[in-house]
Amino acid sequence: MNVWSDEIAQADCEVLVIGGGTAGPMAAYKAKTKNPGARVVLLEKANVKRSGAICMGMDGLNNAVIPGHATPEQYTREITIANDGICDQAPVYKYAQRCFEIIQELDRFGIRFLKDETGDYDVKKVHHNGTYVLPMPNGDTVKKALYRQLRRAQVLISNRYMATRLLTGHDSRIAGAIAVNTRTAQFLVIRAKTVILCLGAAGRLGLPHSGYLFGTYENPANSGDGYAMAYHGGAALANLECFQINPLIKDYNGPACAYVAGPFGAYTANNEGRRFIECDYWSGQMMLEFYNELQSGKGPVFLKLDHLAGETIGEIENILHRVERPSRGRFHERRGTNYRERMVEMHVSEIGFCSGHSASGVFVDEFARTTVPGLYAAGDMANVPHNYMLGAFTNGAVAGEHAIDLAAQVDFAAFDDGDVTLERERVLAPTRREDGIPPNQIEYKTRRFVNDYLQPPKVTRKYRIAQERFGEIREDLEGAMVARDPHELLRALEASSILDCAEMAATASLFRTESRWGLYHYRVDHPERDDLNWRCHTILYKVDGVMACEKRAIAPYVVPVDDREQAAYRRQRIPQPA
Amino acid sequence: MPLAHSPTTVPVLVDEAKCIADKGCTVCVDICPLDVLRISELTGKAYMKYDECWYCMPCETDCPTGAVTVNIPYLLR
Ligand SMILES: Cc1cc2nc3c(=O)[nH]c(=O)nc-3n(C[C@H](O)[C@H](O)[C@H](O)COP(=O)(O)OP(=O)(O)OC[C@H]3O[C@@H](n4cnc5c(N)ncnc54)[C@H](O)[C@@H]3O)c2cc1C
Ligand code: SF4
Ligand code: SF4
Repeated sequence: MNVWSDEIAQADCEVLVIGGGTAGPMAAYKAKTKNPGARVVLLEKANVKRSGAICMGMDGLNNAVIPGHATPEQYTREITIANDGICDQAPVYKYAQRCFEIIQELDRFGIRFLKDETGDYDVKKVHHNGTYVLPMPNGDTVKKALYRQLRRAQVLISNRYMATRLLTGHDSRIAGAIAVNTRTAQFLVIRAKTVILCLGAAGRLGLPHSGYLFGTYENPANSGDGYAMAYHGGAALANLECFQINPLIKDYNGPACAYVAGPFGAYTANNEGRRFIECDYWSGQMMLEFYNELQSGKGPVFLKLDHLAGETIGEIENILHRVERPSRGRFHERRGTNYRERMVEMHVSEIGFCSGHSASGVFVDEFARTTVPGLYAAGDMANVPHNYMLGAFTNGAVAGEHAIDLAAQVDFAAFDDGDVTLERERVLAPTRREDGIPPNQIEYKTRRFVNDYLQPPKVTRKYRIAQERFGEIREDLEGAMVARDPHELLRALEASSILDCAEMAATASLFRTESRWGLYHYRVDHPERDDLNWRCHTILYKVDGVMACEKRAIAPYVVPVDDREQAAYRRQRIPQPA
Repeated sequence: MPLAHSPTTVPVLVDEAKCIADKGCTVCVDICPLDVLRISELTGKAYMKYDECWYCMPCETDCPTGAVTVNIPYLLR
C-alpha cells in the first residue's frame, strides 16, 4: 500500500506563526486583530485546542508583575540576578512593563485570577525577593478561552502540520517555512513575509529515568524542532549550555508543585524532613543544592506537606489534581502517597533547553526579533530568561504586533526552489527505505547518551565522547532510518531535531570554560565562575554548514544591580546542625 | 534489518460500550497532543495505537461519553 502522498501544497500569508501552544495563539491573535485584512496562519503540529505545555491549563502565573505588588525594575533586577547576570535586560523589562496589560486581556478572555476580599490580586511570594506568583482559579479553561478568541478573529489554523525547516530568501530575509502533515505526509510550502517561531522548549533531549521516551517534564510534542529550525535557518541561539533541569516528582516526572504548595506552607526537605534550601524558586543554584543533598547521603529529597492541616491539603489537592498535570493524583493514589501522611519523593530531571524556566533559547531583542530579518521567536524557545507562561503570552503579543507591521512594509522574499527540493528529499528519505532503523531506537540511543555524557556535572572528556557517539548516530539517522507511515515519519523528523539539539548542547557547553548557573552549567574541569572572561552571552550559529560559537557582550543594564543583591541567589544552602 | 513486533501495554483505555466513534465522534483522536489515538477499522471504536503518551488527559476530559480512562504508563507507574 502506498501511504505517501506526492502532492506539494502551497500557501501564502503575511504572518506565519509556528506552534499553537501558548505564545503562538497570542502572537496570531495580536497580528490578526491589528490588521484584520491580513492573512495570519497558525501552524500546529498537534491541535491548537489542546496543544503545548498548557494543554490542560495552568494553576497560576509564575511571574506576574502587578502594580502595587512589584515593579518592572524590581522584577528585571531579580531575573538578572537569578540568571547570574547573563541577561539583556531590555526584553525582560519590556515584558515586565507589558505583562499586566496582558493579564487584564486574559481576564477579558474569561480567565480568572485570584483576588482577595478587597478585590486586589492575591499574589504569592515564591521567588527570593519579590512577589510574583498569581493563582488562576479556573486555570483549566485557558486553552478554550484562547481558542475562542482565535476563531472570533478568524485566524487561519492549520492543525497536524509539523514545520521542518525555514526558508530564507536571497537577501537573507525570512521567506517562509516548510511543513509536513503528520497524518498524510503531505508536503506544504508556505511563503510568508514574516515568521514567528513559538515551538516551545526542547523537552525530549534527556531521557527520563523511567526510560519512557514520552515521560518528560515538557509536553513531548516539543521535541526541539524550533531550535533545530532556527539553527538551520541561520539564526543565532544564546546560552544553550544553561540547561533546563527541574526538581520533579520521581518517576512521574512532573512538578510536585512547590509554587502551588509553597505559599500554603509546604517545602523541599531531605530524608530527615529538614529544610536545606532557602528558597524553592527554581534556579540553577537551587538545583545544585538539591543535587548536593542527594550526593551527601541525605537524600532522597522530598516535598513535605504532611505537617499541614487536612483542609489546607484538600485545597492543594483540588488544584494539583485538577489542572496542569492532573494525572499526578492518579500516580500518588496508586503508590499510596497521601500528602497528609507521606512526603512526596522528588528527583533531578533530565536536561532540556528552555528559556521559560532557565535561559537557553533563540537570541531575541525587545521586539522578539531574532538575528534573521523578518524572523521572530517567543515563548520557551526564545532567550528571555525565566519567562514562563505569562512571558510566552506577553512576548507572543509583542512579536505578533511587530511582525504584522513589518509585513505591511515588505514583499515576499525570493528563495531558491532548490531549497524546497533538498528539504523534500531530506524529509522523505526515511520513507524511501524498505527497512532500516526505526525512529524510536534512534531517539532512545541519542537520549541515553545525552544522559550518560551531557547531564551535569559536565566533564570535558565525557562531552568529547558524546560528540563521537552523536556523529555515529547521525550516520544511522541519515543513512538508515526508516518510517513506514506518516506517524513514524513524524517521529523520524523529531529524532532528527533531537539529535541536532544534543549536538548543540554539547558544543555550547564545551565553549563556555567556566561554571555558572549552579547545576545547569557546572563544569568539573572549570569549577569556578569566571566573570572576567565569561560575563557574556555565548552565541551558537551555523556558518558554512558547521556549528560555531562566539561571545556576545551583554547589553548595558537598564536597571542597575548591586553586588549585595547578587549574593542572594548564590546563598541557597541553609546551614545544617552538625 | 527486518523489524520486530515488541509488545507494550498501553496506558489509555477506551470503554467500547460507551464510545460513539461509530456515530461519527472523533474528539479524542482530534485533540491528542501526541496523536496516538485512532479509530479502529475493525471495531469502529477509538483505541490507543501508539504507546507514546504524556498522561496529560485531554482525551479523557473532552470525551463526550466518559469512555476514556488515562492510566499512568507502566514504566513510571
Ligand atoms: C508541566 C508544566 C508546568 C508548568 N507550570 C507553570 C505554571 O504553573 N506557571 C507558569 O507561569 N508557567 C508554567 N509552566 C511554563 C509555561 O507553561 C511555559 O513557559 C509556556 O506555556 C510556554 O509556551 P510556548 O508557547 O513557548 O510553548 P507551548 O505552549 O508548549 O507551545 C509549543 C507548541 O509548538 C508546537 N510544536 C512543536 N513543534 C512543532 C513543529 N515542528 N511544528 C508545529 N508545531 C510545533 C507544540 O505542539 C506546541 O503546541 C509550566 C510548564 C510545564 C511543562
Ligand atoms: S471522544 Fe470518546 S466517544 Fe469520541 S471517539 Fe473518543 S472515546 Fe469515542
Ligand atoms: S493522555 Fe494525552 S497523550 Fe495520552 S492519549 Fe490522552 S491526550 Fe493523548
